[in-house]
Amino acid sequence: MAPEKELVKLIGFWASPFVLSVRWALKLKGIEYEYQEENLLKKSPLLLQYNPVYKKVPVLLHNGKPLLESLFIIEYIDETWKHNPLLPQDPFERAKSRFWAKFAHEKCIGPMIKAFFKIGEEQEKCVKEACEHLKILESGLEEGKRFFGGETIGFVDIAVAWMGCWARIVEEVLNVKLIDEEKMPRLIAWFKNVVEVPMLKECMPPTQKLLEHNIRFRKLLVAAAERHQSSPLTGP
Amino acid sequence: MAIASVQLLGESPSPYVNRVQIALNLKSIEFEFIQENPYDKSERLLKVNPVQKKIPVLIHDGKPICESLIIVEYIDDAWNNGPPILPSDPHDRALARFWAAYIDNKWFPLYRELRAASTEEARKELIERIFEGLVLLEEAFVKCSKGKPFFGGDNIGYLDIALGCYMGWVKATEVSIGVKFLDEFKTPGLAEWADKFCSLNDFKEVVPETQKLVEIYKMFQGRGKPASG
Repeated sequence: MAPEKELVKLIGFWASPFVLSVRWALKLKGIEYEYQEENLLKKSPLLLQYNPVYKKVPVLLHNGKPLLESLFIIEYIDETWKHNPLLPQDPFERAKSRFWAKFAHEKCIGPMIKAFFKIGEEQEKCVKEACEHLKILESGLEEGKRFFGGETIGFVDIAVAWMGCWARIVEEVLNVKLIDEEKMPRLIAWFKNVVEVPMLKECMPPTQKLLEHNIRFRKLLVAAAERHQSSPLTGP
Repeated sequence: MAIASVQLLGESPSPYVNRVQIALNLKSIEFEFIQENPYDKSERLLKVNPVQKKIPVLIHDGKPICESLIIVEYIDDAWNNGPPILPSDPHDRALARFWAAYIDNKWFPLYRELRAASTEEARKELIERIFEGLVLLEEAFVKCSKGKPFFGGDNIGYLDIALGCYMGWVKATEVSIGVKFLDEFKTPGLAEWADKFCSLNDFKEVVPETQKLVEIYKMFQGRGKPASG
């Protein structure tokens, strides 16, 4: 342990899964931190100062230095606090973990989020893309493993496995199908294995509250889309 | 004939392939370059990268690694010889990864859109956005270089490779549309960095000459995204 007090602060939003994944990393490492909740409709000067490029959460502050983008924050946490390693030691396995986390974020989660901001045919296109990529992600999971890397929770689990819960919310709010029970059994089992780990489960926002929040959010987006005949695009 | 233990599948005009070549050369790693046409994908490529079906793919002792930035990190992890590619400090590493992702996801795609743009208005808007990005990258350069010649300090590193691999295409675009992007008055740090980087053998031996890229640029005007990543 470092002799000086480590000042760790997480700037987040309760409904953001990217913030959740950082909280999971901090929890798994047993790191104490201060949490600041952001109002994303009225962003704080602190957030705008530390993330001027994207103006997004999560932002991790460690002894005053900002860390941005959830995947990079988790790697930073892993490299700074070396106990309970999240990434494998073997270079090839590390590359594999980075690859699948990036793939899941860009190709599965990205289109899922986009679908939320779209209507009609454009939405259908995003949903189709997310489904196709979820099937590929399914193929990346090895049979018989409890977590992505084996029996221990790791980088890909915390970076990605919250997606099961959020996919169900998107399905309900948009009335679409993302997770195919027949074609994605490994994915479903994996999601469940991760979110049911007690120390991770206790960080999850309440499902009902999350659903209501996303229903409200979607209504605002649809109203804006119908007024302007276009939707704002965003990414993770 | 023995199969080389390190093989790189790719083609030389791809900046993503160039990234990997620069990293392999930095570590003095011998490798076999296997020419792949991303527009006419071979069975071999589809076998080693069934997920993305893209170049570059590095094959090390039979194991494939995909995605250029992930390959560069792999090279740094797997080989201890030569200078380290990523910074040693975790915060500097996170910063380098952040800016490399920004360059790949937000900044360089503007060049592809510019090439595909069909109206003067669209071109003008994209050029403006490229310049806005360069202002951010100038700040990043000042922060990361800490007064030294490269993002990596005295020697080139991860972020130099991440941005530097695009300099061939940036120059080809400059020639093709008559706009100087790396301007010594607007972004002096970056302009000087680009001059230094492009004069290194690491760059010259790997990235095709500007004129060749200009010819390819002309062929692709209006066509859309390339098949590498």
